[in-house]
Amino acid sequence: MKMKALSYPYIVWIAIFIVVPLVLVFLYAITANGGNLTDARVTLDNFRKFMDPKYLDVLWISVKLALQSTVITLVVGYPIAMIIAKEKPSKRNIMIFLFVIPMWMNFLLRTYAWLTLLGKNGVINFIVTSLGFKPLDLLYHDGAVLLGMVYNFLPFMVLPIYSVLVKIDKSLIEAAEDLGANKFQIFTKITMPLSIPGVITGITMVFMPAVSTFVISRLLGGGQYMLIGNLIEQQFLWVGDWHFGSAISIIMMIFILITMALTSKFDSEKEGSRGLW
Amino acid sequence: MMENNYIIDLKSISKEYDGVRVLDNINLYVRKNEFITLLGPSGCGKTTTLRIIGGFEQPTEGRVIFEGKDITNVPPYKRQINTVFQKYALFPHMNVFENIAFGLKIKKLPKNEIEKRVKEMLRLVNLQGFENRSIQSLSGGQQQRVAIARALVNEPKVLLLDEPLGALDLKLRKEMQTELKNMQQRVGITFIYVTHDQEEALTMSDTVVVMDKGVIQQIGTPEDIYNEPKNAFVAKFIGESNIIDGIMHEDFVVEFAGEVFKCIDKGFSKKETIEVVIRPEDLEITIPEEGKLKGIVKSVTFKGVHYEIIVNDGNRDWKIHSTIMKPVGTEIGMNIAPENIHVMKKVNEK
Repeated sequence: MKMKALSYPYIVWIAIFIVVPLVLVFLYAITANGGNLTDARVTLDNFRKFMDPKYLDVLWISVKLALQSTVITLVVGYPIAMIIAKEKPSKRNIMIFLFVIPMWMNFLLRTYAWLTLLGKNGVINFIVTSLGFKPLDLLYHDGAVLLGMVYNFLPFMVLPIYSVLVKIDKSLIEAAEDLGANKFQIFTKITMPLSIPGVITGITMVFMPAVSTFVISRLLGGGQYMLIGNLIEQQFLWVGDWHFGSAISIIMMIFILITMALTSKFDSEKEGSRGLW
Repeated sequence: MMENNYIIDLKSISKEYDGVRVLDNINLYVRKNEFITLLGPSGCGKTTTLRIIGGFEQPTEGRVIFEGKDITNVPPYKRQINTVFQKYALFPHMNVFENIAFGLKIKKLPKNEIEKRVKEMLRLVNLQGFENRSIQSLSGGQQQRVAIARALVNEPKVLLLDEPLGALDLKLRKEMQTELKNMQQRVGITFIYVTHDQEEALTMSDTVVVMDKGVIQQIGTPEDIYNEPKNAFVAKFIGESNIIDGIMHEDFVVEFAGEVFKCIDKGFSKKETIEVVIRPEDLEITIPEEGKLKGIVKSVTFKGVHYEIIVNDGNRDWKIHSTIMKPVGTEIGMNIAPENIHVMKKVNEK
């Protein structure tokens, strides 16, 4: 009974800050006409409007960039997690600490920092030009946005994989070695399969913020750069079409849900591990 | 020399971790088809010795010889040795069949061959029909059997077992002891077994190696170890015993507890101070007048098969195991047959 009482504030919190806004977003998405809910009519026009190629294109680029950054963080992050997990506990903690330190700084500031590095008169171009080369075009394109995503979300990939890897019983590795498996076979047959739950969590934690980001794309992609997050922001803050903005939000949510369901399906095929669903 | 008969030969193995010596000059040979047990308290270096044989640790000094070839620097996956790990170390993401087939799949054996051998193994460990069961659904004893099957299916020349029965309850442990011994005789593979349980060691082994503080204390058959312990450590560790200081007068004559006894030990220098081991079951109770030693019964505990009687002779307590009950306070006599007096060299313990 006591535990139940303790959960009330949390339930209230969820109701006010998650359930009510979600319901509102849903209501806005399926209605039209002005900003007033009372004289609204139910319609699917907002969703139909999104089927325009120029909007679908934005969705496609967002998903593509999010997938790319997820793949890159996985490819880069997995070895990092493995290296850290192999170290002695004392050294391990220092390495994780160093890895997490940048996250203490504000997300926005960290992304701004890249502007001074990559900009036309930035640090990198200063070096390049002083070596006698033409300044590089480092900002305001897909590559810059991708770099920002990978940089910002890499710890979210490394940490869950690391925490799974570090828990794998060392005697399992020795048993595999004992049974004739070389280093490569141990990785493909033991370490990799056992680390899948961490990989799934990592993918979830990178893909979700990556597909919905609008700060990274705004700063590193430039004012004209449009991802689905920017599109939503634009509809709510600048255009003022809350109905269309809500519809896009719903579409994006459905998209994320499908992706998560797919990845965790991979996971649940294996016994003893559980995904988000 | 009988060198050819040795499957494993450890030559002057020492091991240090961060400057701490955990193994000190271990010399040990293992014969083919032998059931050899490394016995000792935790931290005595028995598991480290096993891990060096398995290739999971490199000795700081010394060589590991396997069938005449130096394998000190050969990695585990290239050794014809398999291990049953302390906590089984079964792969949690594979079922019983896949676990047992792991080694064979690595060796890329044909599929039907793998299936045939796994089936055979499951029969050997009495787990027919368990192929598709997940590891988590097995009991401790069953997991144990899978671990043994997974190692044996590779037909290793030597099987290393690191306290494999430690996690099982007493009854199951006894059953598995007999089963393991039978299995070893059936498959004819050398077993190197690590345990801290002296009874387990005595029941199962052909040879027992008693270790303490990284040093081998004694190597011998279970009978030798029990009946002729080389020093006080072995005597104390294997079974219960009365250990008394004494003096060896000459061959076959020893003095302890103020009396002179006949014994069957020789080869000590004259008047050498020694230690005498007397097993509690070797003290015979008589009436006070007929006993060479006399004492008053201090306590009696019923132990099932026998009574444990503590007798004080005025200087020390004697532990006696006897089927005869003597009430507390009675005076009794005690006699010891010459063959039951075990004389050991005295070691100065630090």
